[in-house]
Amino acid sequence: MAAVTKQVSLREAIARHVRDGHTVLLGAQMEQMIPFAAGHEIIRQGRRDLTLIGPISDILFDQLIGAGVVSRVLAAWVGNVSAGVGYCLRRAVEQSIPQPVQMVDYSNFTLALALHAGALGVPFLPTYATLGSELLARNGNLREFPSPVNEEKLVAVRALRPDVAILHVQRADEFGNAHLWGNFGVAIDGARAARQVIVVAEEMVAPEVIASDPNRTLIPGQLVCAVVHEPWGAHPSPVQGYYGRDHQFFIEYHEQSRTLAGYEHWLRHWVYDVPDRRAYLERLGADRLATLTVRQPAFSAPANFGY
Amino acid sequence: MSAPAHTEAAPQPASRYSLGELMVAAAAREVRDGELVFVGMRLPLLAFVLAKRTHAPRAVGLFENGVIRETPAPELLYTMADPPNLQGATWCGSMLEVMGLLQQGRVDLGFLGAAEVDRFGNLNSTWARRGQQNIRLPGSGGACDIACLARRTVVLLKHEKTRLVERVTYLTSPGYGTGNDWRRAQGLPAGTGPAAVITTLGVLRFGADGEAFLDSVHPGVRVEDVLANTGWTLRVAEQLKQTPPPTTAELAVLRELDPNGFWTGVV
Repeated sequence: MAAVTKQVSLREAIARHVRDGHTVLLGAQMEQMIPFAAGHEIIRQGRRDLTLIGPISDILFDQLIGAGVVSRVLAAWVGNVSAGVGYCLRRAVEQSIPQPVQMVDYSNFTLALALHAGALGVPFLPTYATLGSELLARNGNLREFPSPVNEEKLVAVRALRPDVAILHVQRADEFGNAHLWGNFGVAIDGARAARQVIVVAEEMVAPEVIASDPNRTLIPGQLVCAVVHEPWGAHPSPVQGYYGRDHQFFIEYHEQSRTLAGYEHWLRHWVYDVPDRRAYLERLGADRLATLTVRQPAFSAPANFGY
Repeated sequence: MSAPAHTEAAPQPASRYSLGELMVAAAAREVRDGELVFVGMRLPLLAFVLAKRTHAPRAVGLFENGVIRETPAPELLYTMADPPNLQGATWCGSMLEVMGLLQQGRVDLGFLGAAEVDRFGNLNSTWARRGQQNIRLPGSGGACDIACLARRTVVLLKHEKTRLVERVTYLTSPGYGTGNDWRRAQGLPAGTGPAAVITTLGVLRFGADGEAFLDSVHPGVRVEDVLANTGWTLRVAEQLKQTPPPTTAELAVLRELDPNGFWTGVV
């Protein structure tokens, strides 16, 4: 029986797999490969009441919070890595604008452990991290307990199983087998903890390319419900080997989102007024993209899989 | 904010340097050769690279996104996941692996920033108070993990009365809690905790009871200025030192790394 392709458009992937009330893992690879295109499509499709999960989500979480699609955030850090605070987060948490958002504060390690527990299929994993902190006191998914094997105190980090993980990768085949490289953050555990995975790829390749380097297949296709070909889908975050970080875009967002009116203008300009990523890229302009493309390729040495 | 001209002879201190450069040099001296260091970004990253290029060439840098680097990145970094930090790295992998090394006790030193630091070195990066208003800040990131698990932590921040406070508004990352054996009582691993707070006015260290004291003042800074800008009655070392200014060799490296003062000019 021939395998069935999982390749769909981004619009279709979000429409099919991201529902109101879902918990969604985004930004698993930290500051690189953040699925901005997918996040913007979630906003355009008007999802509501989402719970976002991610360690350091940079400005994507801020944008989703400002757009009113989020009611809860499980994260270690929400803001703007280039500039500091996230103004939409502040408005939501401090003034309930556009709606209240419940923050469940993690540290990076405890969020990673929560997803690892989900990936292993166990209810919790132990750690010393957060002992003595207010994160432990206030986050109900972190519970102190006496070690069953010695006299120590430990923190039980409750497993998280996101409904959907959206992961940006360098290349994938049409069955969802995905190669990624660079730093992984919590992407590998996230892909296994999630009930469904949407892969967004810079490049589509033949299954033979994937099978030529199986160590780089960090997301096997069985875990994947949809694969989307979306070049530049992570802009303004970087994708190793494809494009760099658009630092200026983060600074501009910081300035424009300082006021509610400024953010709403930003949202219209970059999300609502563009039907898809292609239109977004046209708006960004070829000159700007040219400044971000790889100037000097640096290929790894090939690994010999021969026998 | 420039420090005054400084003209002492040995070991060849630079005659003119910025406050940022002084802080980075002070932070670099906290790194010992061969150590495994949680680097962070901005000034701590510069400090780590400076240490590697001067007295600690065998120090290894660890980044929580899942990167180990033994050589400095070839370009200025805005974030630890910028492509120049990944190209030429020794290892790239998952956050959990890096945090595992930290929890095993293998990480010697971690650099941290914060909105507030208190008398016992506790840090807040979650909520700030401005007058009657509560301000939501980005949160812990990896700071709480590093503060719990690294052997030594060093904090860099601007010295203001609203930021060096008697007690943090929100305890994001534990220092010595309320002092004495608080860390042990919480269950935190032995032999961990804050080593220094490097501010824009001086360097604080911690006594055996876990309380901070002023260990050195930066050149041109008076003790009274430090005390007046600290939110509690700060103890002063019996033999108060002056923070050594950057040497000409350190400054040469720093200016090569940050020629326009992009990072060191904004403290």
